[in-house]
Amino acid sequence: MKNLLPANTRFQPASDQSLLVQFGQEISLDTHREIVSFLKLLEAQPPKGIVNLHPAYCSVLVKFDALNFTHAEIEASLEPYLARLQEVKLPVPRLREIPVCYGGEHGPDLAEVASIHGLSAEEVVRLHSSATYTAYFLGFVPGFAYLGGLPPELATPRLQAPRKVVPAGSVAIGGNQTGVYPTATPGGWRLIGKTLLKLFDPASAHSSFFEIGDQVRFVPITAEEFARAASQ
Amino acid sequence: MSTLTVLSPGLLTTVQDLGREGYGAIGVSASGAADMLSLRIGNKLLGNLEGTAGLEMTLLGGAFQFSGETWVAITGSDFGAALDGQAVLPYTVFKVSLGQTLQFGPTKSGARAYLCVRGGIDLPKTLGSRSTHLLSGLGGLDGRALRKGDILPIGDDSRCGTASYNSTTWHDLAIKRGAIRVTKGPQWENFPSAARIKFLEQTYIVTEEANRMGIRLTGTRYELESAGELITEGVSLGAIQVPPSGQPIILFVEQQTTGGYPKLANVIAVDFPTVGQLRPRDEVRFELVSIEMARFLYLERERALM
Repeated sequence: MKNLLPANTRFQPASDQSLLVQFGQEISLDTHREIVSFLKLLEAQPPKGIVNLHPAYCSVLVKFDALNFTHAEIEASLEPYLARLQEVKLPVPRLREIPVCYGGEHGPDLAEVASIHGLSAEEVVRLHSSATYTAYFLGFVPGFAYLGGLPPELATPRLQAPRKVVPAGSVAIGGNQTGVYPTATPGGWRLIGKTLLKLFDPASAHSSFFEIGDQVRFVPITAEEFARAASQ
Repeated sequence: MSTLTVLSPGLLTTVQDLGREGYGAIGVSASGAADMLSLRIGNKLLGNLEGTAGLEMTLLGGAFQFSGETWVAITGSDFGAALDGQAVLPYTVFKVSLGQTLQFGPTKSGARAYLCVRGGIDLPKTLGSRSTHLLSGLGGLDGRALRKGDILPIGDDSRCGTASYNSTTWHDLAIKRGAIRVTKGPQWENFPSAARIKFLEQTYIVTEEANRMGIRLTGTRYELESAGELITEGVSLGAIQVPPSGQPIILFVEQQTTGGYPKLANVIAVDFPTVGQLRPRDEVRFELVSIEMARFLYLERERALM
């Protein structure tokens, strides 16, 4: 018996040990909820042979035990989960607040972002901190959440030449997304502020401050508040 | 408890095991030995479990001493190891006594050599593994490369099995390196056919930007035509992505977990160890195989290791 898959869902081999489950080709909250539902179902009843999952905007990469399972076997075991997505009642997402010191040395690109859009720096801060964002998924580096819901006025192209090192805690805009760099890494997004929150700590219970599906808000703090918190 | 002391670390030496799977959803890639085959063989020679942590050296090895009599095995590329000045053979098991110095030099073959010890490097696990993830400062010893003066605990070896001595076959397995075989990547069909042909036809040179995160290549004849933009998606180990420059990058053990560049191909699992031994300026060619062939080769390799 063949399960009926949602119309926009398909499987695609990614490597000899992994496959992609594609949920259409459009970034949307509906697709995001399907992906979170899929992960919840997998978590509740883990199927045999799954080794790792990399969710993203409209896909989940599934790495499996290729010694004992073929692509076709894994696809067959995932189909019933995909057929049940509509049954999942998603919990109310958590709200995560990020205190941010905008501009100055902590946000070296704030002035340029403002000038690109013909706004004042204060206006950029007001817009950025008034929206509620959704953590579509975590990826790139440990603890980095791709936050969707950026006010369209703030959408800014990435830097032509990425920085070799972006300081940990930098709050940035890349295209129509925003995010916070958990550790010092290379990066091409525009840096508008910084937080002291530790977003990735393997010694903590969940390692990552964010999880997929979180609602996120940025709360402006002054340079003095930032300095005081930093010295504690 | 016995210990290993780092007299000199070499160019880049880290603690590695077979990595941490299962944390892709929080952005953590598996890490683990760049040449897992060599680490596994080193452990098997000693009677360790295959996933026991050892040291991974890169291009230029270090010098080490032990607090007491320790059985060790050296695998991977030939770094001209010597015990108190006497050459020792890779893919054999030998004993190091208190006060003796095990010294490695520059590589004579590939990028990485492994020093395995009976009982293993017994550092605490982070997210289920002792593997160092340099990019995120995770695992191993404080998430970093080893330095002069570091002292590493060696595990109790009373639970180790009997050492295996199938070393000739395993040595052959480990040193047989040829064209890197790939399967079609998720965006293979999005690339113009000219790009696919060029990719398989030309020889590539490994650039200086070759590390545990990824290996950048330069085509000897052509750049590849782009396959355009892609919505960011999960990327698998060994994915060959093609950025707008047209020069491919092989994503490796400390890879980013998601990415937005189209992926033309993916290295097959049995050839990951070959990728882990690539050095800057090495020449590489790619050969396309089916998923079924990749699976056949994988099962065959695992049988040979049993």
